[in-house]
Amino acid sequence: MTYTFNDTQMAELNRLVARYPEGKQKSALLPALHLAQDSFDGWLPTELMDYIANLLKIEPIEVYEVASFYSMFNLKPVGKFIFEVCQTGPCMISGSDDIIAYIQEKLDIKPGETTKDGVFTLKLVECLGACGYAPMMQVGKIFREHLTKEKVDSIIAEYRATVTN
Amino acid sequence: MGVKLLLDKANVPGIRTYEVYRREGGYRSVEKALKEMNPESIVEEVKKSGLRGRGGAGFPTGMKWSFIAKPEGVPRHLVCNADESEPGTFKDRYLMEFIPHLLLEGLIVSSFALGSHDTYIYIRGEYAWITDILEEAINEAKANGWLGKNILGTGFECNIHVHRGAGAYICGEETALIESLEGKRGNPRIKPPFPAIQGLWQRPTVVNNVETLAAIVPIINMGGEEYAKIGVGRSTGTKLISACGNINKPGVYEIDMTISVEEFIYSDEYCGGIKGGKQLKACIPGGSSVPILPANLLLKTATGETRYMNYESLSDGGFATGSMLGSGGFIVLDEDQCIVKNTLTLARFYRHESCGQCSPCREGTGWMEKILHKIEHGHGTIADIDLLWDIQRKIEGNTICPLGDAAAWPVAAAIRHFRDEFEWHINNPVLSQTSNFGLQHYADPIHVPA
Ligand SMILES: Cc1cc2nc3c(=O)[nH]c(=O)nc-3n(C[C@H](O)[C@H](O)[C@H](O)COP(=O)(O)O)c2cc1C
Ligand code: SF4
Ligand code: FES
Repeated sequence: MTYTFNDTQMAELNRLVARYPEGKQKSALLPALHLAQDSFDGWLPTELMDYIANLLKIEPIEVYEVASFYSMFNLKPVGKFIFEVCQTGPCMISGSDDIIAYIQEKLDIKPGETTKDGVFTLKLVECLGACGYAPMMQVGKIFREHLTKEKVDSIIAEYRATVTN
Repeated sequence: MGVKLLLDKANVPGIRTYEVYRREGGYRSVEKALKEMNPESIVEEVKKSGLRGRGGAGFPTGMKWSFIAKPEGVPRHLVCNADESEPGTFKDRYLMEFIPHLLLEGLIVSSFALGSHDTYIYIRGEYAWITDILEEAINEAKANGWLGKNILGTGFECNIHVHRGAGAYICGEETALIESLEGKRGNPRIKPPFPAIQGLWQRPTVVNNVETLAAIVPIINMGGEEYAKIGVGRSTGTKLISACGNINKPGVYEIDMTISVEEFIYSDEYCGGIKGGKQLKACIPGGSSVPILPANLLLKTATGETRYMNYESLSDGGFATGSMLGSGGFIVLDEDQCIVKNTLTLARFYRHESCGQCSPCREGTGWMEKILHKIEHGHGTIADIDLLWDIQRKIEGNTICPLGDAAAWPVAAAIRHFRDEFEWHINNPVLSQTSNFGLQHYADPIHVPA
């Protein structure tokens, strides 16, 4: 598989690179990887990382070592929607264990797994800066906060509806 | 009602937009700074204000600014630390989400003071929607002449760029942040050289927290001396506290640092008391890294004095009987919470976030998590408590960056104050799986020798 940004994506990449001084285009690596991950299948296959290395004129290894360091970059295929549920202290004391157990039961998957239909991935993550609105999870760009079992039900239904239509 | 300097306008409808923000008196400090002051006099005002860094370490901001090197022909940079990943901390998010222009205003004045023409906001990757809010605000500010070339006709040029991280607590440490901003792994640098001499792209750099930089606005508007009159002792001005856990009203509060911890927890103006009418058991008052305190040592110091919400009072008694104000992440635990389990989740957090460069931190955080896991699940021994103590002591002070200390302190404090709860867990391996140690004596008045 080879990857190529379309014109809009390329314009966005150029906008990102332009923020840094001449010759410091490597600084755009994190934003560029976000762009790459969001533009294709939600994860970073080797070919896609190589493509980014080429665009930023750096070695592929410089991309791999960075991509593997940061928890937001997925190095394996993921579902269409990732439920990233926070499990750190403040969320734990506010009931995140119950929510995590409930999501596992509802989706019939364990943390790190994806549903058979490829729609949902469950990921347990550490504090996302929403401790006062716990329990919570991140789905894509947004935070779903003050989770209850009922809320989890409606969130799952909401995302399911977007794929069946 | 206490004094509010940062969130006073937070409830004005539309304050997120430039138009309303400006109408409410926004950007006045930029006019004053660029037209009536010079970089040196701004640094002087900040020194007089007594402002201390709001990111956690509490280092005096004016002094930090005066260290920046000014070699001929080398650009300097201001970097705003919006990585906010210390468990319990969500105040910067609130400020950026609801009053983004306040941060931009502070950034422009601070950039002028430091001579930074390209200023970066390093924001944690998960705050994606806030990145959009900030970019929108930057566009508005630029369209209205507050950013770009020749601001207010003074010849000063300033551009602000938002740089998204990608999920790594360690990137909040300033040298790791700089590495990350250079497109590398977030491995902290060995200091010296300090960023003020060689930071971003080897250029002189100042890294400050979001709240610190927002506080520059009231300091310039009212003057450093007036700012310093608010608060007490070396805790000047106001502080944002993000309160969470088992309280009635979790959220972000701006306090002047003269209120007592008791008032903060129980007053309806702030946390509104413990949820469900339960009793307070313990609290981590300044983000997950600072020592946890049992209720009795939280509300009063070991000498029986009232404890206040400020730098000095929260650390009264040192680590033996005190804690720290830290980042202002205030985590409250009620009588039903298990200290062992809470400590385990924090140990897991630090193991996950260790960058792995130094053996004591990389190995030690892993061991602490494993041992705590063992104790929590009913397989611990009394010797494990001593082993934990020993490991945390070997990490503290023996690492490149303070994450090692940050991982060690919560474990040390939990054992120091809650050793009997750990022992109960170990001695009751079956019972502890279904019930908790409870409040016990943790809220009992402390006997103060006459
Ligand atoms: C592991 C670690 C994580 C940190 N995370 C943050 C953070 O998320 N935000 C922040 O402002 N400071 C953080 N700091 C503190 C910064 O290194 C630095 O002291 C701070 O940004 C300086 O700004 P200030 O003086 O305005 O507080 C962290 C420090 C360490 C050791
Ligand atoms: S103390 Fe931990 S996080 Fe800090 S540099 Fe060493 S290994 Fe990395
Ligand atoms: S602990 Fe879950 S968001 Fe902070």
